[in-house]
Amino acid sequence: MDQNNQPLVSIRNCRQAYHKEASADLVVLDDVDLTLHEGEIVALLGRSGSGKSTLLRIVSGLLKPTSGEVKWRGKDLKGPAEGVAMVFQSFALFPWLTVQENVELGLEAIGVKKDEREERSEDAIDLIGLGGYDTAYPKELSGGMRQRVGLARALVVHPDLLLMDEPFSALDVLTAETLRTDLIDLWMEKKLPLKSILIVTHNIEEAVLMADRILVFSSNPGRVAHELKVPFPHPRNRFDPAFRQMVDDIYGIMTRRAPAAMQAPAAAAPTGFAMPLHPVSTNLMAGLMETLYGPPYHGRADLPALAAALQFEVDELLPLGETLQMLGFARLEEGDLFLTDMGRKFVDAETEDRKEIFGAKLRANVPLVNAIRSVIDQRSNHRAPALRFRDELEDHMSPEYAEETLRAVIAWGRYAEIFEYDEEAQQFSLEEEDEEEEKN
Amino acid sequence: MSNYTPTALAGRRLPNRWDGAALLLVVGLLLALVGVGRGTIATPLTVLQNQPIHLNPSWLPYYALRSTARMFLALLFSLLFTFTYATLAAKSRRAAMVLIPILDILQSVPILGFLTFTTVFFLRLFPGQVMGAELASVFVIFTSQAWNMAFSFYQSLTTLPEDLQEAARCFRLSPWQKFWRLDVPFAMPGLVWNTMLSMSGGWFFVVASEAVTVGNTNFTLPGIGSYVATALAQENLPAIFYAICTMLVVIFLYDQLLFRPLVAWSGKFRFETTATLSGPEPWMLKLLRRTALFREIGDILSERLRALTRLRLALPARYQVNENAEPSRMADGLWFAIIALAAAFAAWKIYLFISATLHWRDLTQAVLMGIFTMTRVVVLMVVAALIWVPIGVWIGLRPKATRIAQPLAQFLAAFPANLLFPPVVLLIVHFHLNPDIWLTPLMLIGTQWYVLFNVVAGAAAFPGDMKEAVANFQIKGFLWWRKVMIPGILPYLVTGAITASGNAWNTSIVAEVASWGNNTLTAHGLGAYIAQATATGNTPRVVLGVVVMSGIVIIFNRLLWRPLYAYATRRTTLG
Repeated sequence: MDQNNQPLVSIRNCRQAYHKEASADLVVLDDVDLTLHEGEIVALLGRSGSGKSTLLRIVSGLLKPTSGEVKWRGKDLKGPAEGVAMVFQSFALFPWLTVQENVELGLEAIGVKKDEREERSEDAIDLIGLGGYDTAYPKELSGGMRQRVGLARALVVHPDLLLMDEPFSALDVLTAETLRTDLIDLWMEKKLPLKSILIVTHNIEEAVLMADRILVFSSNPGRVAHELKVPFPHPRNRFDPAFRQMVDDIYGIMTRRAPAAMQAPAAAAPTGFAMPLHPVSTNLMAGLMETLYGPPYHGRADLPALAAALQFEVDELLPLGETLQMLGFARLEEGDLFLTDMGRKFVDAETEDRKEIFGAKLRANVPLVNAIRSVIDQRSNHRAPALRFRDELEDHMSPEYAEETLRAVIAWGRYAEIFEYDEEAQQFSLEEEDEEEEKN
Repeated sequence: MSNYTPTALAGRRLPNRWDGAALLLVVGLLLALVGVGRGTIATPLTVLQNQPIHLNPSWLPYYALRSTARMFLALLFSLLFTFTYATLAAKSRRAAMVLIPILDILQSVPILGFLTFTTVFFLRLFPGQVMGAELASVFVIFTSQAWNMAFSFYQSLTTLPEDLQEAARCFRLSPWQKFWRLDVPFAMPGLVWNTMLSMSGGWFFVVASEAVTVGNTNFTLPGIGSYVATALAQENLPAIFYAICTMLVVIFLYDQLLFRPLVAWSGKFRFETTATLSGPEPWMLKLLRRTALFREIGDILSERLRALTRLRLALPARYQVNENAEPSRMADGLWFAIIALAAAFAAWKIYLFISATLHWRDLTQAVLMGIFTMTRVVVLMVVAALIWVPIGVWIGLRPKATRIAQPLAQFLAAFPANLLFPPVVLLIVHFHLNPDIWLTPLMLIGTQWYVLFNVVAGAAAFPGDMKEAVANFQIKGFLWWRKVMIPGILPYLVTGAITASGNAWNTSIVAEVASWGNNTLTAHGLGAYIAQATATGNTPRVVLGVVVMSGIVIIFNRLLWRPLYAYATRRTTLG
């Protein structure tokens, strides 16, 4: 009895931050609580950069949090624990080992004897539907089969907790669906030697399909924004209206939270160095606006439907929508995306006019562009090294975000012909025409 | 054929203070070796039981066997060195700060310049025994092999895929298990390739290190190199011809039985997620894989080895990463202080040594000689490029020709060029040609093949769709070379050129002085300077010569080749 009441994992006040010399710490996870009980599947849902994979690594014992309490079966976690196994997004199979050798890896590590090793790996391979592939090398297998090897390798050590880090996101839609269904079937039939599954995903439908409980993460810093129980019994039908409603609701939650996180720092720092940008290509923006404008959307689209139609993940669609919103071409509201008048004007315009409209909105809404342009203008040779801006960005955000923001600004500025950029020299400069004008 | 970044080009490090410390430490170490053997050089204490070398060709198989055995012994030591040195450098941040610059310096030092130091050192270790001479020879071969192998292994260890490392930690493999399950297999393709390059280059040093004269000390070890040295002294041309034939057979066997099967086998470890079409299986590998007997033996052996690598040998291991852990400032400070002290001590020793025996004009002379040799190397590189780039491109664009030419070029690169020197020397003596000019091509004999096979590989790898686009736009003639082909093969060309020029510097030590019977031809150059100082046992001059040559090679690598290679790979790849 006592066994069942004790949670498998309990995490309190977990915080993960990176030291930064110049300014404040970069916080990846802030004040996160998580409790995992036996018999449940829990999904951590969030956008990239929300720290959900970091949390998974903390649960696995691979990573030590900056502060906070991590307990595995009531004891402090000091490293990868026996009874926890992980499935990786990239599969993480050893290409020089056969399927069987890959599966046996975890058993070898704990010194299981040869006969038992072979028996257990045989069982796991058969259970997961890999029979006959024992002697194949990973590179001979399709993506779906590779992830099955990843699953078998995790299950063979008979873990209590299975950790899955975006396990199906590297697979095509059909294969991912098959694997999900197979896994849930095995789980429901109690054929898996597991007590609980913790899955990280950015796919809302996947979370609603699989999990009993969903923790929705907000980004920057990563926090648990919402916790939802999924009341549907397995097998779940994704066309069930209640199911659709739940997916819609979660879209709403995720779009509601994100813009607030984006705009708050922008208002606080008018220079624009604290405003992270997503390197969304201008082609993609134009394409999305054109799609929104035309039928069947006529200027307004439901995000889940749009994502399905365009075969986009939330992770791809949300940054795109947010960028359009920031530039004033569209608005995100309760899981819907609207095209603004400016957006319509953009779609109606010709190439050169589009650039002009885009440039005007860029200079009005992205202070960083103006900052770069004014530095170039001030210099007598009309050149400015990118390093200067990168350093300043890194005072306000992580190096990865700084890099992305810089890439976004370079791509957009080039498109709008506000400045030129020389990759080799890593410096901004004026367009030649502009330079002529300046001289006259 | 795979194109691996030459180890001297990896990274974009500019010279920094660690290089200074490393240079001081390396030179200090060389001086320490000399110090150990100081007394021996002047006094003829080593009466080695020099076995006479028989020029009768029936002795050649035995000599060939002895030479080959030395080669493999050196290879064994190189592997041991690689696994320990590179692992230590990869696992310890502090160790890497010193070990890697030292490795970088060592791979730029002309190996034959070591001869004096090591010979004296080993003869002193085993006075009057053949053992000392054998070890000295093996050590020279070792120094020609070990550095780039260790470098390649280190690079692999520092680029291990993050997800596989996490998997290994998550499934709690012990460090010993992880080493054999992840580290070594991941490094395997690069390591095998570098080992094979090392061995190919090693034949040259096998030949060069068997018959050695340092001051009053000389030894000849039974082997092909001694055979040729004896034949040279006795002006026996047929014997030289026999030796060349024997070497051809040895290299052929080595190429067919070892090189090709190993390189093909290491393809299994290539880190890629898609199955790529590979070339035909070498016959030797096919034999090993398909023959029941060999398979049986292989299975038993590999099972034994596997059992060994499966041992946990559990040491307290850290599986959990703490990203907030700051390195201890105290320990860092202490470590820096130790290195600074060691470097300062080495500097002081070097100063004492040099100020006692050398003058400034020695330095100017050495640098002047260095400029002579540098001119030769530069001219040779230009000549080699002019000759072999068009030919290599022609071959590379024709798959059939590539299949024939590529193995041939690799085979020729392995052939010790110093065996081919005597016929050329004979011609120079016969026609009374100017050695300053005509000894120069000797340096090209062994080194040009690196340019050829890299250019062929580059041209063969040129993308098919781009070839079609170029044909479609009717791009021809000079424009084709300037805009299409030269940029297309540039990374490969630089790879070939740096390997070739590194070898040319080394070769200069044996190529700038050549003898035929009593005729000795000497060209002006740093190679001849070092060779003569070695022959007369003038250690300070050898040290000076080696340091100047290393300095020039390092400056060349850092200021010319490395930026060029970085530029070439950056500009000629998409994305």
